[in-house]
Amino acid sequence: MAIERAFDEIWGSSATREGRPEFAALADWISSTPPAELDRRQKAAEAAFRQLGITFAVYGEEESAERIIPFDIVPRIFTKSEWSNLSEGLVQRVEAINAFLADIYGARKILKDKIIPEELILGNPQFRPMLDGAKPPHGIFAHICGIDLVRTGPGEFWVLEDNARTPSGVSYMLENREAMLRLCPELFEMFPVQPIDSYPDSLLETLQSVAPRPAGKPVCVLLTPGHFNSAFYEHSFLADSMGIELVEAADLEVDDDMVWMRTIEGRVKVDVIYRRIDDDYIDPLVFKPDSLLGVPGLIAAYMAGNVALVNAPGTGIADDKAIYSYMPEIVKYYSGGEAKLPNVETYRCREAGALQYTLDNLDKLVVKLVDGSGGYGMLVGPTATKAQIEEFRAALIKEPQRYIAQPTLALSTVPTLTDSGVAPRHVDFRPFVLSGSKGVTITPGGLTRVALREGSLVVNSSQGGGTKDSLILAGDA
Amino acid sequence: MLSRTAGSLYWIGRYVERAEFTARLIEATIRLDALSPRPAGQGAWDSALLVAAADYDFGLTNETRSPLNISRYLTLSASNPSSIRSCLDAARSNAKSVRTALSRDAWEAINRAWLNLRGRATTGGNQSTLSIVEAIRAETRGFEGALHRMLRNEAYAFIGLGAAIERADNTARLIDVKYHLLLPDGERVGGPIDRDQWTTILHAVSANTAYRWLYSEGLKPWLVAELLCLRKEMPRSLAASAEEVVMHLNAIGKRTGLQSEADRIARMRQSTIERTSIDTIFSQGLHEWLSATIADNGRIHQAIGAQFRFG
Repeated sequence: MAIERAFDEIWGSSATREGRPEFAALADWISSTPPAELDRRQKAAEAAFRQLGITFAVYGEEESAERIIPFDIVPRIFTKSEWSNLSEGLVQRVEAINAFLADIYGARKILKDKIIPEELILGNPQFRPMLDGAKPPHGIFAHICGIDLVRTGPGEFWVLEDNARTPSGVSYMLENREAMLRLCPELFEMFPVQPIDSYPDSLLETLQSVAPRPAGKPVCVLLTPGHFNSAFYEHSFLADSMGIELVEAADLEVDDDMVWMRTIEGRVKVDVIYRRIDDDYIDPLVFKPDSLLGVPGLIAAYMAGNVALVNAPGTGIADDKAIYSYMPEIVKYYSGGEAKLPNVETYRCREAGALQYTLDNLDKLVVKLVDGSGGYGMLVGPTATKAQIEEFRAALIKEPQRYIAQPTLALSTVPTLTDSGVAPRHVDFRPFVLSGSKGVTITPGGLTRVALREGSLVVNSSQGGGTKDSLILAGDA
Repeated sequence: MLSRTAGSLYWIGRYVERAEFTARLIEATIRLDALSPRPAGQGAWDSALLVAAADYDFGLTNETRSPLNISRYLTLSASNPSSIRSCLDAARSNAKSVRTALSRDAWEAINRAWLNLRGRATTGGNQSTLSIVEAIRAETRGFEGALHRMLRNEAYAFIGLGAAIERADNTARLIDVKYHLLLPDGERVGGPIDRDQWTTILHAVSANTAYRWLYSEGLKPWLVAELLCLRKEMPRSLAASAEEVVMHLNAIGKRTGLQSEADRIARMRQSTIERTSIDTIFSQGLHEWLSATIADNGRIHQAIGAQFRFG
């Protein structure tokens, strides 16, 4: 479904395949390169990923089941002006997210002004009362955000989800580009593509900029749950490209509210921790007491202002799906202007009217758990079976507050190599937005995820999604 | 360098060395088994279990002590923490968590060795055991080769340190088992079975040719003992291992500016071995001397862990 009326980002319309004039050269490249040749290059890229160990573990399968995320050789492309519009909207949104978090863990003006119902924040499991009054260094909470965007037409971009906790996928952005530069160099002669390899430097600058006190050279580390974690490759890749230590909880200790790492030369004081462990597991003294992944005392050190946590704990309240529907109001409240990037229309099933509408239109809507992720706990009405719909109906009636519903969008497509030649497949896009003490930085690129199954709208890698390189042009082609 | 990283590298060194030693031991035992009339062949496998310090644990499996069962236990058993498979599992797991401290070649060698054994459930007969063992040895040689091309930094030193400590332990146990336990009742020292067994030991440490180069007297047990205990030119000897440990500790000390207990004990052991002759060892009792050496080696291992906070 949806393919006929979906906007194709290169062909314009997948029915005609004429090519948008600005990308005619790319459309030509697609049609003139034999599928067998594309397939050869794609396989070469995947073989390289496997050798490098860019794998992810699928939970529930044994370690031998390390897989790579499928890579698609046909890139996606944005014009310079499309990108600058997006960037403006992203900066506005992420600044609002940070202002919102500072407010929620501070004065709570937005609640006093009744923009958001108070119980929705204070009763939300993502709100961390023990962090009330937290003043992270330089007032920044969400240093690294991955904003998931979808597109439905030439100028129509929508924010589908904000990821303000520990968004992943940036290593794919970088490795996909490396593969494309090697395997399809002609594309980079054809188009002036903006480089993205500065991302690790920008990230390191962002980390150093939020060190709690001016130090000669702040000590930054990346905290990983360990090599059994599905994103471990990314953790080691990023630590390596920034030249910082990749630490596990056992390498850190907190003493007198200071964080130290244990090295062969003795203890070294740590200033900034880029943590890739969820809030729940980061400090057993404050959150899950049985967590072995966490560092006892870390939150106390953070609250004392002696260490910066990137991202700060408690940011989940900003990307919760129940809060998402208020984002336009949140952006307006803090920025003073309308949100440049619109939200997808969202029905909050906790509200009686919205619930009724949702129940009446289950076959047309996408229904999501407010605390779900990874494409689990989600109903795509138009492609669901009767049984799945009834299952969700029962769940909705039982616990409506756990769900939101959205119209099924005709997500844009991008030509993709399939078993039967190049064909349109639906995509989304996750750019990575860095907020440091010197402002917001966005590397001109992002992670494009593609639903490889025909007609599918679910792009998550756990559900059979793949990735593509995302080219952003420096000027007009 | 993080203490945990240093600890992982050290254990990679130990595990790969142990996997290689066990592979050689199995190869040598198959040879001894083939040479010997029963029940000496059985004795060959029993002693292999002793050398690998796996005799007690094997007893717990309730399996019969057949050559096939023992060779499978030493090669593939997941319940034997020192089997080649367990060693490679542990080495790879450590390598994965410190990927960036290893060169790509070194990682790939470990990963390949691990992949090689991954799907195997049974060794089959001696022929296929030999081919597995041969493949393992090729991969571990590849790992050693990759190490030599690595930057001479702390990572290199910690892997080397682990390997040298493990090697000293293996060599000492190999000689000890032979000297003490191997000869069946009624056989005399210097008899044909005795000679086969000494040859086997030289095989296990690939020192057959080396022995012939260094000694012209033909195979003499006390000379084999001297070669493996005291000759520094023999890389698997206790003297060479002791020297290597000191060298790696010095290299680390130079980079960190710190020296401590481990350095002190290691240097003491090295100078003691240097001042010892094989006659002194025999007059003191070889078994006693080897036991003391194994205990010293354990103390150095402990001191290294404490000094670098492996935790």
